[in-house]
Amino acid sequence: MSPSVPLQEMIRAIRSARTQCEERGVIQRECATIRAQFRQADNEGRSHNLAKLLYVHMLGYPAHFGQMECVRMIASPRYSEKRVGYLGAMMLLDEKQDASLLITNSIKNDLANSNQYVQSLALCTLACMGSAEMCRDLAPEINRLLRASNSYIKKKAALCAVHIVRKVQDLGELFAPSARCLLTEKNHGVLHGAVVLITELCECNPESLERFRKTVPDLVQIMKGLVISGYSPDHDVAGISDPFLQVRILRLLRILGHNNEAASDAMNDLLAQVATNTDSTKTVGNAVLYETVLTVLDIKSESGLRVLAVNILGRFLLNNDRNIRLVVSQNILTSAATTQKQRISLCIQLYFSFPIPPSRALELSLALVSASNIRSMMKELLSFLSSCPPELRSQTASGIFIAAERYAPSQRWHIDTILHVLTTAGGDVRDETVPNLIQLITNTSELHCYTVHKLYRALHNDISQQPLVQVACWCIGEYGDLLLRGECQEMEPVQVTEDDVLDVLEAVLQSHMSSPSTRGFALTATMKLSTRITENVDRIRSIVSIYGSCIDVELQQRAVEYNALFKKYDHMRAAVLERMPVIEKNSQGHTNGDSTGETIKENLAVKVKQAEPQQAANQVCDLLDLLGGSEPPLQSSPALGSTAPLPVGTAGTAGGDLLDLLGGLEPTAIMPVSVYDKDGVTVTLSCEKQSDSGLSITLTASNSTDSDIRGFTLQAAVPKSVQLHMKAPSGDSLPARGAAKVTQMVVLNNPNKVVNLKMRLRISYTSQGSAVQDTVQVDSFPGLGH
Amino acid sequence: MTRLLKIVSCSSLRFFLQMRFLLLFSRQGKLRLQKWFTPLTDREKKKVIRDMMMLVLARPARSCNFLQWRDLKIVYKRYASLYFCAGLEDHDNELLALEVLHRYVELLDKYFGNVCELDIIFNFEKAYFILDEFLMEGEILETSKVAVGVSLEEADTLQETMEEYMSKPAY
Repeated sequence: MSPSVPLQEMIRAIRSARTQCEERGVIQRECATIRAQFRQADNEGRSHNLAKLLYVHMLGYPAHFGQMECVRMIASPRYSEKRVGYLGAMMLLDEKQDASLLITNSIKNDLANSNQYVQSLALCTLACMGSAEMCRDLAPEINRLLRASNSYIKKKAALCAVHIVRKVQDLGELFAPSARCLLTEKNHGVLHGAVVLITELCECNPESLERFRKTVPDLVQIMKGLVISGYSPDHDVAGISDPFLQVRILRLLRILGHNNEAASDAMNDLLAQVATNTDSTKTVGNAVLYETVLTVLDIKSESGLRVLAVNILGRFLLNNDRNIRLVVSQNILTSAATTQKQRISLCIQLYFSFPIPPSRALELSLALVSASNIRSMMKELLSFLSSCPPELRSQTASGIFIAAERYAPSQRWHIDTILHVLTTAGGDVRDETVPNLIQLITNTSELHCYTVHKLYRALHNDISQQPLVQVACWCIGEYGDLLLRGECQEMEPVQVTEDDVLDVLEAVLQSHMSSPSTRGFALTATMKLSTRITENVDRIRSIVSIYGSCIDVELQQRAVEYNALFKKYDHMRAAVLERMPVIEKNSQGHTNGDSTGETIKENLAVKVKQAEPQQAANQVCDLLDLLGGSEPPLQSSPALGSTAPLPVGTAGTAGGDLLDLLGGLEPTAIMPVSVYDKDGVTVTLSCEKQSDSGLSITLTASNSTDSDIRGFTLQAAVPKSVQLHMKAPSGDSLPARGAAKVTQMVVLNNPNKVVNLKMRLRISYTSQGSAVQDTVQVDSFPGLGH
Repeated sequence: MTRLLKIVSCSSLRFFLQMRFLLLFSRQGKLRLQKWFTPLTDREKKKVIRDMMMLVLARPARSCNFLQWRDLKIVYKRYASLYFCAGLEDHDNELLALEVLHRYVELLDKYFGNVCELDIIFNFEKAYFILDEFLMEGEILETSKVAVGVSLEEADTLQETMEEYMSKPAY
């Protein structure tokens, strides 16, 4: 019989194997030896062999042939063999194995052993892998140990009882009285075990919960002792006396105080004491404080205590330690225990919190916005806008607009908010913002005066933010007379002369920062002012004629046309440049392309015939046609005796340009819609109608998980009659935490005008080495008015 | 009678501090210790180990010690060349879990005297014995370092005494 290699030599041999193959060889040889030795009845090195087998098992090799050996070792009278045997049982056997039943008897015997270390082995193993049957069998024995043994065994029996209760809830009744008694012990280990056991009992059984409420004073007493007591070297961790026990007691108090006034009152003082006295410089103190705060928020605590708790949370959010910030923000904000108001005040502090990606903070804030908190939330969102990373500005602006539209407490507030966003992040807003705002302003007739004053001021300060400048120009053009009148109820009016106004508009026209469409706005505004001001019409005339030879074709055309309006059609100028009527929200898919060609001609005729500008019907067309009026309308409408009829295309484009001037008419903002959101990967979709049957869809994907995603591809399928053309995506990898997005354009052609257009998207990517594939169906496309 | 007092809210309040598992592994992805506090099949265990290693080893140096995996919170801490990784249920106090890991390391250190990974490799069964004196059923068994040390010593003495008695080579 070959002597077995002691455990450590075997480990050495395995470690020195240079290749996986060599290692397998060593292990196979060893296992063969072990197996042979197991078969021998009496063997000196039994514990060594089993230990070796356990090591091999930990490396991942099969070791089930050792199960019976474990059973045998457990039954051995020798402590060393029992110890390894039980370890083997815990590692190789679990409740699902049949062999585990075989050790029930050994455990029973060992529980009654005179030596506490043998008892402890049995208790430990039972708690680790005891099946429901074994638990039922041995429960009375455990209960006996709970009552009559030394502290060492009591604490182990308590946790063993916890295991039993978790496996077989009915047995809770059996342990309840013993658990109550354990609370009088002094030994911390036993107390800890008792608290855990009582917690478990309360959670399974509401009746037990009622009964254990009576222990609240005892728990408070124990806790006070821990908090106030002097230094105890045995249990001290960084100045806190037995933090583990403190946290468990706090948790039990939370359960007992939840929804119960009396219990909550009894613990109020204690919680205040813990909250104020616990040292928060180390993690361990913070762990206790965190638990305290959770408890305070979950019971019926008085308001002073709640304020204290929320303050502590606030401090956590500003703590240097990222762990604390992460824990608090993730748990508290989504916990049902915090009220809306508390969540908001915490949200505010979240903006400074680094482990939380700002995009997540933004999402959370937007989700928490409601009619009741819109004002305060908006303040925070606006300040977030000014300080957030550039890639988030567009999303924030969109979010703010949506929130403002949904919950605006007043028109004025709404307009102010939008103006604020335009001033702060004008460059990052979506294109539809300008027409939306214009529509909003038009419809708020009582605030025209206020709005134009405000915009004038903004324009005076800064002419670089294009959307703002465009809206301001338009406003001044429309309501310049109100501005010049110099009176305003809502705010301090500006004393403005006509020259001042024209100066500003000219500055916009001449500034190199103005985009061509902005200049278009400015020119048209200047033109409109010609009917609203009295003295400086000549100046306007000269401005307009200067631009008649502008190098920009668009501006040139406009200028020429306005000139014509001055010269030949002066009698019509007033009617043409009248104030806009109220625009109704456009919802049924009218887009740039649509309305122009069709309606411009006939409505032009209609419009000019009636000198009545306040036409409420068919507002889209009205809008077009009013501006169409300032184009060479004469060219497209026979009723006006046009000299050179514009070809349809030009009329179309002219109308289109005019619409462009107004920024098109998509009054409902086409926000990207999220079509897929799973495992941190989100895909949003936004679409735009290109023509009657053409639709261009933009899919944007982002990844908010902590690991990079590679090989991200999208595939799309549409109904048969629809043609699909996918353009190349911007990339195929999504870095972690939304650092960059992937966009892909898809162009659909729907010649048969399929009504309920659907699209199926297949999303595939590789994340953390595993391939993921998912399919989602898009049933509605935003902006198509479905 | 007791039915009338049934508190419905209780059922939604399961606050476990149940640690589901505790793993120790090296930077090279070698497992040094595995303790499971809930029954899992071998396959499931292997999957968890693989996932944990992949997740934890991929973390950059200065990141948080917490991450989310499936429905569990994972708390991990690196001590020299070993990662200590614990899986907690959703309502647990992660900050305390960090303290639990730290306490275990302190206990190992006390027992082995300046513990290093090699100690845990060559004396893995002792690491388990120490763990079993400290945690049970995913809960803390003994909150005093001294008490744990004392019981380990006594158990070891018991073992040696038996060994000596039987005149077998020391384990």
